[in-house]
Amino acid sequence: MNVRLTENEIDYHAITESVRSPRAGAVVLFLGTVREFTAEKQTTALDYDAYPEMAIAKMQELVAEAAQKWPVIESVIEHRVGHLELGDVCVAVAVSSPHRLDAFEAGQFLIDELKIRVPIWKKENWIDGESEWVHPGSETQLSPNTEH
Amino acid sequence: MNLRVRLFARARDLAGTSEAELDLDTGATVNDLLTELVARYPDLEGLRSTLMVAVNNNYARAETIVPENSEVACFPPVSGG
Repeated sequence: MNVRLTENEIDYHAITESVRSPRAGAVVLFLGTVREFTAEKQTTALDYDAYPEMAIAKMQELVAEAAQKWPVIESVIEHRVGHLELGDVCVAVAVSSPHRLDAFEAGQFLIDELKIRVPIWKKENWIDGESEWVHPGSETQLSPNTEH
Repeated sequence: MNLRVRLFARARDLAGTSEAELDLDTGATVNDLLTELVARYPDLEGLRSTLMVAVNNNYARAETIVPENSEVACFPPVSGG
């Protein structure tokens, strides 16, 4: 299966190898990693939660859509869930195609749409001990949920 | 009809449960479901305008009628990646 959720470290070398093909002239790998600073706020770790059945269904939908829009040879999306430390890889998207422009565009489509459609959530653990679910467009961003 | 609604992320934290059991009239819409959910868990009120509902793994509109025996989930905007 070319879309996965995992609680383990993402093996992006293996993922990259899995999309390589003699028919491809281009392989693009995107990694999302845990960032320390968001504006001035300092993160110590992230916790990811997912609605697994729907997340898999939506990622499969994205892979199928990408294959309709671009001449994709292989594509893989793997997203990690659970507790992640700074610098950890939270998501990997790998795409192969005959030419580089298609591989870049399909890869960008997959990660951009993943962030819109796939039911996965991150919780920021800030350095001051507070934690807060990230829900874009929600007013709760202005009144963080405090959990000590 | 009795319906189980799976909750995620901040919606789960505020409701204090990962699964809500609701009793809805046959023909109830997604909007009716949200009204019932917030009535049962008033702490969700602040999130109400942003809550999304998925029926059988697809996003559902407010006016969509909730089919019996469907898999339903409710959650705030996603933030993966």
